[in-house]
Amino acid sequence: MRYLPVTDQERKEMLEKIGINSVDELFSPIPEKVLLKNQLNLPTAMSEMELDSLMSELAEMNTGSKMSNFQGGGCYAHYAPAAIDQMLLRSEFYTAYTPYQPEISQGTLQSIFEFQTMISKLMKMDVTNASMYDGATAAAEAVIMASKINGKRKKAVIAGTVHPHYIKTIRTYAANIIEEIEILDIDATTGTIKESELSKIDENTICVLFQYPNYFGSMENVFKISEIAKANKALVIAAVTEMTMLGAMIAPGDFGADIAIGEAQSLGLAPNFGGPGLGTFSAAEKHIRKMPGRLVGKTVDKKGKECFVLTLAAREQHIKREKATSNICSNQGLMTLAVGMYLSIMGKNGLKDVALMNLKRKEYMLNKIVAETKAVKAFSASSYNEFTILLPQNAKQVADKMAEKGILAGISLSKYFPELNNALTVTVTELNSYEEIDSYVKTLAEIIGG
Amino acid sequence: MSYNIPEKLRFKDTHEWVEDLGNNTYRVGISDYASKHIGDVTFVELPELDSSVEAGDTECVVETVKSSEDIFFPVSGTITAVNEDLEDAPENVNDDCYGEGWLFEIKADDSKAFNELMSATEYAAFLEEQE
Amino acid sequence: MRYPGIKDLKLAEGSIYDRSKPGRKGYSLPLENLENAENLIPEEMRRKELDLPEVSELDAVRHYTRLSTYNFGLDGGFYPLGSCTMKYNPKINEKVARLKGFTNLHPETPEKYAQGTLKLMYELQNMLAEIGGFAGTTLNPAAGAHGEYTGIGIIKAYHESRKDFKRTKVIIPDSAHGTNPASCAMHGYDVVVLKSNEKGKVCLSALKELLNDEIAAMMLTNPNTLGVFESEICEITKLVHDAGALVYGDGANMNAILGVARPGDMGIDVLHYNLHKTFSTPHGGGGPGSGPVCVVEKLTKFLPNPVVVKNGENYIFNENNESMGMVRSFYGNVGVCLKAYTYIREMGKEHIREIAENAVLNANYIKASLSDIYNVEYPEGTLHETVFDDSKMPNDVTTLDIAKALIDRGYHPPTIYFPLIVHGAIMVEPTENESKDDIDAFIFAMREIYEKSINDPENIKNAPLVTSVSRPDETTAARKPILTQCTTCIS
Repeated sequence: MRYLPVTDQERKEMLEKIGINSVDELFSPIPEKVLLKNQLNLPTAMSEMELDSLMSELAEMNTGSKMSNFQGGGCYAHYAPAAIDQMLLRSEFYTAYTPYQPEISQGTLQSIFEFQTMISKLMKMDVTNASMYDGATAAAEAVIMASKINGKRKKAVIAGTVHPHYIKTIRTYAANIIEEIEILDIDATTGTIKESELSKIDENTICVLFQYPNYFGSMENVFKISEIAKANKALVIAAVTEMTMLGAMIAPGDFGADIAIGEAQSLGLAPNFGGPGLGTFSAAEKHIRKMPGRLVGKTVDKKGKECFVLTLAAREQHIKREKATSNICSNQGLMTLAVGMYLSIMGKNGLKDVALMNLKRKEYMLNKIVAETKAVKAFSASSYNEFTILLPQNAKQVADKMAEKGILAGISLSKYFPELNNALTVTVTELNSYEEIDSYVKTLAEIIGG
Repeated sequence: MSYNIPEKLRFKDTHEWVEDLGNNTYRVGISDYASKHIGDVTFVELPELDSSVEAGDTECVVETVKSSEDIFFPVSGTITAVNEDLEDAPENVNDDCYGEGWLFEIKADDSKAFNELMSATEYAAFLEEQE
Repeated sequence: MRYPGIKDLKLAEGSIYDRSKPGRKGYSLPLENLENAENLIPEEMRRKELDLPEVSELDAVRHYTRLSTYNFGLDGGFYPLGSCTMKYNPKINEKVARLKGFTNLHPETPEKYAQGTLKLMYELQNMLAEIGGFAGTTLNPAAGAHGEYTGIGIIKAYHESRKDFKRTKVIIPDSAHGTNPASCAMHGYDVVVLKSNEKGKVCLSALKELLNDEIAAMMLTNPNTLGVFESEICEITKLVHDAGALVYGDGANMNAILGVARPGDMGIDVLHYNLHKTFSTPHGGGGPGSGPVCVVEKLTKFLPNPVVVKNGENYIFNENNESMGMVRSFYGNVGVCLKAYTYIREMGKEHIREIAENAVLNANYIKASLSDIYNVEYPEGTLHETVFDDSKMPNDVTTLDIAKALIDRGYHPPTIYFPLIVHGAIMVEPTENESKDDIDAFIFAMREIYEKSINDPENIKNAPLVTSVSRPDETTAARKPILTQCTTCIS
């Protein structure tokens, strides 16, 4: 076996040194009755070329990977410069462990420090940690962190327009920590949370978490929500699941968010069937000691030379155990390298261009759908690259028909919002050409009428 | 190692010192022994001013690079003062643990709990046992 | 005999912002007139400034390539980090994980157009269950600690389904990873610490005393963090079950018993794997990992949603009403899962046991070759890793010094100062991938460090001497944290 280099002769010498006769003796601490007598019931071993064909066959079975994709909903297909993946293959990065030995981990440490810097700039927040698993767990951890800051309050308020997976994850995480989760209702006209619902934010509110643009693609009234939250001394938690938006639109820091979380998959990572993505976690400086996750800090070495090191570890599980701010240990390390590289290569102008291209295509597509098909715009609020349309018939059935024609038309909302049976949320990015958009609209018109 | 154990203070077995400021008010910090053993203090989380606390509970943490130590309230009462200077100078806990490195003050209902703490002599003997 | 040593090229590299010049560009987008596009954004929502660097593609490539030279990866040398299982990351895994059919697949794609990935996930669920001796698996957790969180959540859902609300505590041995107690706390459980006995193992009578109808579970790592197998495992799980509680297995050390024995057969009810340890997926400088959780039959309905099931010839997602809930968005770090799948398919039933055999052989060989000079506090029953300490070191040379001296000799240091129950622990896990030659060189380096500690201790205490930076000032870093770069400051 190619990964097992010890030869029979060497094994003999090693056993001799240990003072035993067979490898089996090494397992003598394991009770006889649980020692396996037979091989496991697993497939038979494969050579590299057999594996190569097997995996190619499986990849080929994913016919959806080649279809024209207009799905978003928390995971977005964007252009990623080829240089990024080349860098992810540098084994100095990907075969390294967590940078606990700073003298031989400066590459990882500095790249994370720069990631923390760039995400902080992008979010306009003071500090950012070295990443969370994904946007949903970042959101859940943000709510828990808020409950530790606002310790005496009992209620976390969450906008009902947040990604349903995020809300479910928050519910799981908060179940034994926060007394009450209040979900703010959706306004069926605007596609944002109902203004009257904001009165549920009160002096018992730990935090208000909302996403912008929200799950339907609609832009929430971020200033208003933030203002009301602040008036009640509740922490403002802003979630951004489509971070390319920040190239052209305002950041959580612009409306005074106390905590900003994000899903940075948009920034240079492939969809990968939903993972690995990258959760980002940023906060105001005064809250750093309550933050979950690793942090890299700048310092100097014994000789006064600038260097980087994991810091403020006294918050973390390996020191504080059950009193830690979170149980997180492994994060999405390597993905921070990809995102850091994406933000470097795109830079401020590239990211802005991407955002504007997304906006322009969305506007073109939405107008065309409304003009040339029987679908109508579902909500009045402004949007970025994702929008919801109302069809004259069941959206899932329409999406299924579109899929038969090779187009993944969007996300039918009936799965999470039964009352929105005919609603379809469509996402368009710079990867969707104008021809592709035209073909989408033509196909849709054929199915639902023009 | 030898440790500075001021005569006028009383001590808890978890190495907090307690000074009687009169009027059932007590100042609390960590002993020379503790400050030498935990390493360089990097941050002190202080209890909330005016909060009422129970002896044996903890709402105060002294952090170093590699550790996080809970500070236990030696007596029950109300927090009447916290050492805010530690925010910018946590090193005071190491450099001057009985002076500038004090942590907080508690106003207790009576002096009973204080009187039950170890005297300097008792604490010195306790440390000898520990070593 | 010689160890690899270090003879390096040191490239100086500043911040990515140092390379930035206004107007420089590294991206390539289709030509499109974007002049009035900003008008599509309501005035108050327009971004006024964005402080990101402006560099060329080559600038970015150079920057990160130069940074990479400051790093030590396991492709570069022996990486005996105990408890982390730094095994080789096969290159075929990286190749197949990058097939467009996998990477381009959107998670909302209807199941019938995602059958390749779903089939792979289904088979991986089953293979992991078979390896551990369980009935069901979730691939959702993104890392080991996330798996612990999920597993304890399943246990909580189980007790609650029985209306058994009295159980509010979890027993955890003092040798456990910090994630164990932290994961319990996130479910609102109180932690009861079980002290290890003089052999570094669970003491049955002490356990018995802690067990009662308030205990929800016991968490156990086996082999434990000392690399020592809990021989009384069947008695332990029986005691816990008799008290109405469940046993959680931390699978961090599964590499030691792959194909040799199965936690499910020992009475473990829930187990998480670390695919980035046992199943060869890269650690990536801290992630992404993957922490699938396996459970016994009666717990399958509590697995987090969704799970992949087979329906006729098709693979589909299934949601269960009694599930503990969702623990993340979508379905897990699928891109990591498929590397682990590739690895298990390559090893197959024929070789999977050889992984454990060689890992355990290597660890015991190192122990036998060094225990005359490096103290082993708990020498009995070592499997895949061995814990030395610095108690026999001359001239006050400490574990930290030994670790740093290993860097000078071309090695990544072992895990140090963990587990906490060994003072000055040096935890060595060689994995199955190292050859005897490489292990002998490491043994030689360790012996030479010992010799040097006698004759030239200053050399050891000042290590590392060859790296681009020496030991950092961690105290100042924590007292006055600098966590982002000031990009307007003049460097």
